[in-house]
Amino acid sequence: MDSIILQVLNGLDKGAAYALIALGLTLIFGTLGVVNFAHGALFMIGAFCAVFLQRVLSYSRISIDESQKDFLGNPLKVETPFVEIWFGPDVGGSIVDWSVPLAILFAIPVMIAVGFAMERGLIKHFYKRPHADQILVTFGLAIVLQEIIKYFYGANPIPTPSPEAFIGSYDFGVMLGFDANRIIYPYWRMIYFAFAMVLIFGVFAFLQFTTFGMVVRAGMADRETVGLLGIDIDRRFTIMFGVAAAVAGLAGVMYTPIVPPNYHMGMDFLVLSFVVVVVGGMGSLPGAVLAGFLLGILESFASTTWATTTLPGINQIIIYLVAIIVLLTRPRGLMGRRGVMEE
Amino acid sequence: MSKTDLTRRGVLRTGAAGIGALATPVIFTGAATAASHTGFTNAPTGRNVTLGFNVPQTGPYADEGADELLAQQLAVEHLNGEGDGGCLNTFSSKALRGNGILGKKVTFVTGDTQTKSDAARASAKSMIEKDGAIMINGGSSSGVAVAVQGLCQEAGVIFMAGLTHANDTTGKDRKANGFRHFFNAYMSGAALAPVLANEMGRDRRAYHLTADYNWGWTQEESIVASTEALGWETVETVKTPLASTDFSSYITPVLNSGADVLVLNHYGGNMVNSLTNAVQGFDLLSKQVNGKDFKIVVPLYSELMATGAGRNIKGVLGSMNYNWQLPNNGSKAFVRSFGEKYGKPPSNSAQTCYAQVLLYADAVERAGSFNPCAVVEALEGFEFDGLGNGKTLYRAADHQCFKDVLVVRGAENPKSAYDTLEIVEITPVAQVTYPPDHAMFGGRSATLGSCNPGA
Repeated sequence: MDSIILQVLNGLDKGAAYALIALGLTLIFGTLGVVNFAHGALFMIGAFCAVFLQRVLSYSRISIDESQKDFLGNPLKVETPFVEIWFGPDVGGSIVDWSVPLAILFAIPVMIAVGFAMERGLIKHFYKRPHADQILVTFGLAIVLQEIIKYFYGANPIPTPSPEAFIGSYDFGVMLGFDANRIIYPYWRMIYFAFAMVLIFGVFAFLQFTTFGMVVRAGMADRETVGLLGIDIDRRFTIMFGVAAAVAGLAGVMYTPIVPPNYHMGMDFLVLSFVVVVVGGMGSLPGAVLAGFLLGILESFASTTWATTTLPGINQIIIYLVAIIVLLTRPRGLMGRRGVMEE
Repeated sequence: MSKTDLTRRGVLRTGAAGIGALATPVIFTGAATAASHTGFTNAPTGRNVTLGFNVPQTGPYADEGADELLAQQLAVEHLNGEGDGGCLNTFSSKALRGNGILGKKVTFVTGDTQTKSDAARASAKSMIEKDGAIMINGGSSSGVAVAVQGLCQEAGVIFMAGLTHANDTTGKDRKANGFRHFFNAYMSGAALAPVLANEMGRDRRAYHLTADYNWGWTQEESIVASTEALGWETVETVKTPLASTDFSSYITPVLNSGADVLVLNHYGGNMVNSLTNAVQGFDLLSKQVNGKDFKIVVPLYSELMATGAGRNIKGVLGSMNYNWQLPNNGSKAFVRSFGEKYGKPPSNSAQTCYAQVLLYADAVERAGSFNPCAVVEALEGFEFDGLGNGKTLYRAADHQCFKDVLVVRGAENPKSAYDTLEIVEITPVAQVTYPPDHAMFGGRSATLGSCNPGA
């Protein structure tokens, strides 16, 4: 029982990441009709917003400590972050320590700007081109973006820890009557799940309860008719591209304490996210979220020793297996809409 | 006004003569080259000799490859008599004099392995066939090493492996033309076991997470064997896909398994992620299981992994081929030379590549020939010192270097970005030596085969 609860918890935070990326992906597809293979790169850029801010906050004054030697036997250069000099070791240290949560504020405008630049600068020229062209150009863009990041930050993962207060785990087992250490779960993963839920509901609320969202939804249903009413739907869709980029970026920011970011992390998630979108139904926002959590939980269960012993390799194929079954039984995906990608 | 008599016959005659004249030196040169190439592949004919450095320049190990390339360039400088000479001043063999190799200036070409076997073979092939490389060196993966070693054997050039830790490289896949300076998984297990017994006791239950590819399997096999010999029990060995990024679903079962030690047979990004998940996420190092403190072991460390894992490596034991903090004269000379040129200490993959380039050059000098078979003969059974690892033997039976192995631990309070690991013990070579026909190394059926000079 305890291992079932643990795998459900694992699946929830893994699914939260899938759902957030797939949500942005399907939002772009639903509004602009673009198959955006650069969406994983947006997740990666978001993560590197956290890395960038961490480095900015850790920017240091270098002083020479004659009493210590460096690897060449020269006096050691000691780095003291400017924030610690300005605000004192305690406050300054806390600012550096909280760089990941602070990066949320930094990443929102950056990611919206990146989304606008991407859509206005490149992707809008491919709206009327076949999906194959869109895939090629966005995939190429993803490679360019990741190589830019690699140029500045290298190929090695960069440790970007959560604030000290959230390092460690909570013992759910004791709360549920199990022995200590039977069901523990990291604090940061709980925060990630909660953050994902807030973001997902925020996006849904934005689309459901605002005039802007209503117009966007109308545009998703019938772009031409909305245009005939004199509404500049293209501008709204561009804004939605920025929103989708911000969602992917924030997912990336918050993911950095879970897996230290590297330039390739977007590609690691890209294929999985597309499978999530296809399983959920192309263009369906609730479908993307449902499929994200479903596949996250299934993947966690498939990684258990029992599963890998019974069906060796199941952990590597489970997501694709589910995708095949769903597509065979429900070709539009779990919550796919009629007419989307069917012409 | 001049008049030119252009006739069809005249043009043809002049053209034919011209082509003949142009072709003549080419034919003669070709004949001369063919004559000097007899005997072995890419025999150097001019004033230069070309080495091929095959390292990951793209992909997840690009930073490690960049470090290898820095060390290889430094080795070339030292061979050509530039810079401070580095380990040429401390190397026990005095055959190298800083005037190239056999009087020929050393040049090099580079290839990108991408840490993919097929790409690594293609780049090595190109360097051998198009650039005339006479020796291939470098790499950060055992799969790549085995693939390139096989290619070099077929092509008739020497392969001086870079970072490759799987037993198979000098085990079942050993080749006469291939040589490994880096240590291997068996040696990691043999070096770590006594330290583990000392620090954690003999009554321990270990849970292994293992990267699901050749290196992971041999590492797991080696560590399981050495820890079970101590009296430890192996609770579970779980293979994790190489492409995994989040290891939470593999770590949670550890909690309920009754294990009190987690062994991470992971390297590179896999290790950084699994250790981060285990320490920062699940906080395993603060747990008590079976009345003991929970422990984590990372059998193979590298400096880049340590940097990537950050503070999560604190107190975690592992092993290394080399660490810049080694106090011997060879190490000091190399660190000074590398550090003054590049502003950072060398990694253990850089050191192995540097040593391999010097060892190859030295063997050619001692053999008095670039012929691969002469080089093989010079390297087999060669004992040396002064390249950073202390006294070392290139064993003739399997072309594996035998030297002391380092047991290291993540530093509790690093002073700088470079001393993230501290040396716990320098395990003497006798403790990590095994017979060439050891079962983990292909048993009696594993042979080097014959040296291939190619051509």
